[in-house]
Amino acid sequence: MSEQISEDQVKHVAELAKLKIDDDQLPYFTTQLDKIIGLFETLSEVDTDGVEPTSSVTDQLNTMREDVADNWNQREELLANAPDAEKGYIKVPSIIDESGDNE
Amino acid sequence: MNFETTIGLEVHVELKTNSKIFSPSPVEFGDDPNSNTNVIDWGYPGVLPSTNKGVVESGIKAALALHADIERHPHFDRKNYFYPDNPKAYQITESETPLGHDGWVEIDVDGKKKKIGIAEMHIEEDAGKNTHGDGYSYVDLNRQGTPLVEIVSKPDIASPDEAYAYLEELRQQIQFTGISDVKMEEGSMRVDVNISIRPVGQKEYGVKTELKNLNSFNYVRKGLAYEEQRQQRVLMSGGTIRQETRRFDETTGQTILMRVKEGSDDYRYFPEPDLPVLDISQDWIDSINSEMPEAPGKRRDRYVNELGITDYDAMVLTQTKEMSDFYDQMIAQGADAKLAANYLQGDVNAYLNDNQVDLQNTDITPEHLATMVKLITDGTISSKMAKKVFKAVTQGKEPKQFVEEKGMVQLSDPAKLQPIVDEVVAANPQSVEDFHNGKDRAIGFLVGQIMKQTQGKANPQVVNKLLVDTMNK
Repeated sequence: MSEQISEDQVKHVAELAKLKIDDDQLPYFTTQLDKIIGLFETLSEVDTDGVEPTSSVTDQLNTMREDVADNWNQREELLANAPDAEKGYIKVPSIIDESGDNE
Repeated sequence: MNFETTIGLEVHVELKTNSKIFSPSPVEFGDDPNSNTNVIDWGYPGVLPSTNKGVVESGIKAALALHADIERHPHFDRKNYFYPDNPKAYQITESETPLGHDGWVEIDVDGKKKKIGIAEMHIEEDAGKNTHGDGYSYVDLNRQGTPLVEIVSKPDIASPDEAYAYLEELRQQIQFTGISDVKMEEGSMRVDVNISIRPVGQKEYGVKTELKNLNSFNYVRKGLAYEEQRQQRVLMSGGTIRQETRRFDETTGQTILMRVKEGSDDYRYFPEPDLPVLDISQDWIDSINSEMPEAPGKRRDRYVNELGITDYDAMVLTQTKEMSDFYDQMIAQGADAKLAANYLQGDVNAYLNDNQVDLQNTDITPEHLATMVKLITDGTISSKMAKKVFKAVTQGKEPKQFVEEKGMVQLSDPAKLQPIVDEVVAANPQSVEDFHNGKDRAIGFLVGQIMKQTQGKANPQVVNKLLVDTMNK
């Protein structure tokens, strides 16, 4: 059906983005994403031979901050914006601890 | 069938900076949850992170200590994943241009030296911490943004013992740069381990398994040893190794299946657009290099070649930078090199172990300990008296003053000792006769009598000489 992206890839990307997509919605999103990728394909028409890959679009180089601690004391405001909080913690639905996997 | 083992280690080291890597929030442990966080740490829309110069400097120090080549134009990348300990849904790390690459450390296993390559090392941010209970999870983002150096080994490690030696060497090298406490028990050093085996001669590596919950170097060695055996058993019985994550059980010493890995991780890395690219000049590297503390290997050479202590002593003294610095200060105060080394390894280490305390957190100072050692060397106190003096030193007391106050000064003056010697010789004719008949033990008895009379203050060497002279008259 499509040239740029398959339904399986859309499914995979949806899983990575933690989005739930029903199978009957797949063709719809696949067609849309296919068009978007098609638009980006235009970029490949530009000759980039000998051009260094861009990793930043600012002209800044070596803009660094001195290692000085400054506590902005924003805890209460930040916690007030969290869906739920308790004893200074952000309270979230129970998660299986996989810590160490994501480092 | 014979197998060879390949072990890979990923070590995370937490840096002791004042502020976080991309926000000015303080890096402090044990504070109230979320008290050291701001809008940047929480990944609020519209915030702009900024790179902490101190972290880059620490990273360069680590690269220098590990003999790595330094990337002169590094940029940061985003590693995308969803997990509640990381509110941005990505970690800022260096994937494409790690700060250091192609380094090495030298390990020594049973006298066999081997270089272990370091594929790369980069700086990145740590995630927050989750705790779980009563059907909910609780997120504390204080650790979010704490700077880390991740160090990835090349597939050169061929046994659990080599893995242990590598970790020990890495810990020491990093500790001496002063950029981190590198303590596994406090989480400032964390180790991820993978291991595979293959029949000797096979070109491709075997399928590797990952091990979790290795909370000490010893557990790393034990977990790897178990896993090495387990994989051999599986292959010998015709089975296949699956790519899986296994958990080390501290009580049984076994590894237990946690989950089977399907497909590879897909983190969709891309260059971090919010942070400027870095340009690391040779001048900057040179100035950092000139400020680096002396490396442990150089210190060992100096101790052996210039101070004349043994290889073993030098090794023990360079376990931590604190101990080595302390020793150097004692030498600078004029303490005897061998005696100072003995006291640090013996009484001081025993004291630290008994009290579960680090040297820098005690009342023992290099000045006091050096003074005590000098009192022993010049004969003012005996090594037996030194036990009491050492106790005083651990309480922060000045040894010279303590010795004078307690009247502990050793009796070394022959003019004062001679009358006591004469008295004891006269009172023990049997022992004198035994001595003349070649019974060496007799002299020990006589020395003991003199010690008794002087409340242990007599200098044993002087007493010995006086006794022998007197009896041979």
